[in-house]
Amino acid sequence: MNLSEFQDRIRAAAARSQGLRLRGGGSKDFYGNALRGEILDTRAYAGIAAYEPTELVVTARCGTALAELERTLEANQQCLPFEPPHFGPHATVGGCVAAGLSGPRRSSAGALRDFVLGVKLVDGRGEALSFGGQVMKNVAGYDVSRLLAGSLGTLGLIAEVSLKLAPRPQAESTLRLEVPQGRALELMNRWAGQPLPVTASAWHDGELTVRLSGSEAGVRAAAAKIGGSALDEKAGFWMRVREHTDDFFAGPEPLWRLSVASSSPPIDLQGRQLIEWGGALRWLKSAENPKAIRDTARRLKGHATLFRAADKSPGCFAPLEPLLMRVHRELKSAFDPAGIFNPGRLYAEL
Amino acid sequence: MGKALPVVDALLEFLPRRAVLHEEEDTRPYECDGLTAYRQLPMVVALPETEEQVQRVLKTCSSMKIPVVPRGAGTGLSGGALPPGDGVLLSMAKFMRVLRIDPLARVAVVQPGVRNAVVSELAAPFGLYYAPDPSSQIACTIGGNVAENSGGVHCLKYGLTLHNVLGMRGFTIDGEPLAIGGEAPDAPGYDLLALAVGSEGMLMVVTEVALKLLPKPQCARVIMASFDDVEKAGAAVADVIAAGIVPAGLEMMDRPATHAVEQFVSAGYDLEAAAILLCESDGTPEEVDDEIARMKTLLARAGATRMTVSRDEAERLRFWSGRKAAFPAVGRISPDYYCMDGTIPRKRLGEVLRFIAAMEKKYGLRCPNVFHAGDGNLHPLILFDANSADELHRTELFAAEVLEKCVEVGGTITGEHGVGVEKINQMCVQFRAQELELFGAVKRAFDPRGLLNPGKAVPTLARCAEYGRMRVHGGQLPHRELPRF
Repeated sequence: MNLSEFQDRIRAAAARSQGLRLRGGGSKDFYGNALRGEILDTRAYAGIAAYEPTELVVTARCGTALAELERTLEANQQCLPFEPPHFGPHATVGGCVAAGLSGPRRSSAGALRDFVLGVKLVDGRGEALSFGGQVMKNVAGYDVSRLLAGSLGTLGLIAEVSLKLAPRPQAESTLRLEVPQGRALELMNRWAGQPLPVTASAWHDGELTVRLSGSEAGVRAAAAKIGGSALDEKAGFWMRVREHTDDFFAGPEPLWRLSVASSSPPIDLQGRQLIEWGGALRWLKSAENPKAIRDTARRLKGHATLFRAADKSPGCFAPLEPLLMRVHRELKSAFDPAGIFNPGRLYAEL
Repeated sequence: MGKALPVVDALLEFLPRRAVLHEEEDTRPYECDGLTAYRQLPMVVALPETEEQVQRVLKTCSSMKIPVVPRGAGTGLSGGALPPGDGVLLSMAKFMRVLRIDPLARVAVVQPGVRNAVVSELAAPFGLYYAPDPSSQIACTIGGNVAENSGGVHCLKYGLTLHNVLGMRGFTIDGEPLAIGGEAPDAPGYDLLALAVGSEGMLMVVTEVALKLLPKPQCARVIMASFDDVEKAGAAVADVIAAGIVPAGLEMMDRPATHAVEQFVSAGYDLEAAAILLCESDGTPEEVDDEIARMKTLLARAGATRMTVSRDEAERLRFWSGRKAAFPAVGRISPDYYCMDGTIPRKRLGEVLRFIAAMEKKYGLRCPNVFHAGDGNLHPLILFDANSADELHRTELFAAEVLEKCVEVGGTITGEHGVGVEKINQMCVQFRAQELELFGAVKRAFDPRGLLNPGKAVPTLARCAEYGRMRVHGGQLPHRELPRF
């Protein structure tokens, strides 16, 4: 399919001020506020446009299935370093970048946005624009491509994206230790400050699970230092945590995602918690008052997202200060003057 | 006494006399940054010491509609801190305090005038360091690094400034306090941190930055490999990466560059080689031994004619000393040199180097090359004599052609030095009108009246039209007519 079909559709929608709901496989329909507007399905614009393993860069169209992209990379012993969650079998590359979510490797490798090198987008005027590129270093102009990561499709249709890759580690090993929460937080932060190849960490209900990745020799040496007992990787622990298929995530209570300074102490809120990212990410299954949750996160230099819930009336994303919201509104109108892209999905004002 | 300036009186209401410079003898040192070919005396230099003073400088200037240009150490290479002749140069030099180092959370909170190297020095007792290491790191400041999204020789593995800044706070041009990012990951809303880092001081004035600290690798060793052909060296780089290795550093220098350097620092480079590669591995001793052995095998297979592995830290630093001294060394063999900063896909290296060689003949100027080979960032250095107007002119044309070649092969006009005033015309080649207009709109979202560092980084469409005409008159058709989508 040709990009011009999207452009025509967007121009027509802008002319009528008709909201458009940009959607790939719909795997992240649960995420964010209102789903409004006519569906613009991105899946027809698919395929890997360029992949040069020796350049550590892949360029894929928005509708490409994330699973297909990952298979292609795996065949070349490479991977998306931020280990994105799919949340369903039909996740697309465009949706992955628009949602901006990273998986277990985030605390060691970096976030999705860190690996975005360039985008082609269609803005709210129907213009096809190109920012960034396929090279590692590029400081020409403002970094619009990274701005789009996590914008939930509210600024434009991400038609194509170039991502920096990493080689798959030679060896991996997962260890489990029985420790209470406070001790686990201390250990995770201390390990992260040492030259150890820790690439994922999770604590829940007295069990701290740690993944080591790197060279055989490096993983072996680190495993001896960390201790605990080896966990069979095939049991898919990290996959269950990443995809929220672990038992922890079941149940009717709202799921909150608290992002805090990693060394923050245990959080005293009603409900169950699972900690990731060396302490910086605290999943909370709780029916606690939203204001109490948001205030607690703010005290720990962070913020709380209502990640999955039947009732989204508290707003999924932490409210912004007035000046920040003004800048957001100005940016929104620069990219999407008619306000047609995913209206209200990120904030009611956008 | 200079002429009376209303802005000086307004600033003196809250700044001491020593913090407001407007006599020529005082403002002269601020007339340029590291790009000395462009000079402009600022009308006034303000040197605030507190956040409140910065806020008042901005409120004062904004209410008087006076342009403001922020400045760190002035080591930038693209004229990003070129002062405004009709405005205030806002020096952040007095913001030199490291406010907090949190070894457990691995965060350093610093003021923007703190020098880059100081952060790692202060983090060292905790076994931590700040990864970005631009070559000017002993002089350049964190504020300038943030403005330019500075790189260094370890970017492939450890990222640029943008990957190592957690959050910052400061003020808009109107003096409104603005905090973006933070010590917790993934701040809500749009990623304004990505916009502000590398914005060349055009969106906000930063007064505090939270930096990510990393554990210092236990050890590092470097291989120095010689090649009898530059393209073979380029292919060797691709082989290392294809084998799943991300070296801590991966640098290339061609023969003219090694010859210039060797006279200057005696790094022990192979002067027979057409190019040398420096391939560094860091990590635990086990990891480094393993990776060095694998890289040696790959480099030998790729045709390396000689290889030396650093035996100890002194030798490792000696191998790097040549690369790090490349610019001053070139400065000794030529009255002046002009440093370019294009980035290209690595696979096009041979083609671009052949193009540069052809340009050397066309313009009658020499051009040694140093290359951040790991991330495709080229620094060709055109040698010229600024006392000859003709040589300067030829240098500018030479540089413009090379940068446009970088865009043509799918790269960019600037990898880490920024656009500033230097490459503003080439922005018209890399971006189309609609893209430049969007940059303008991004700027207005933060600075509606365009008072903060005006005239840098993003050209007006009128300027591009003028540049396009000029280039057509020169008989050189750029690729403006081609859609580059």
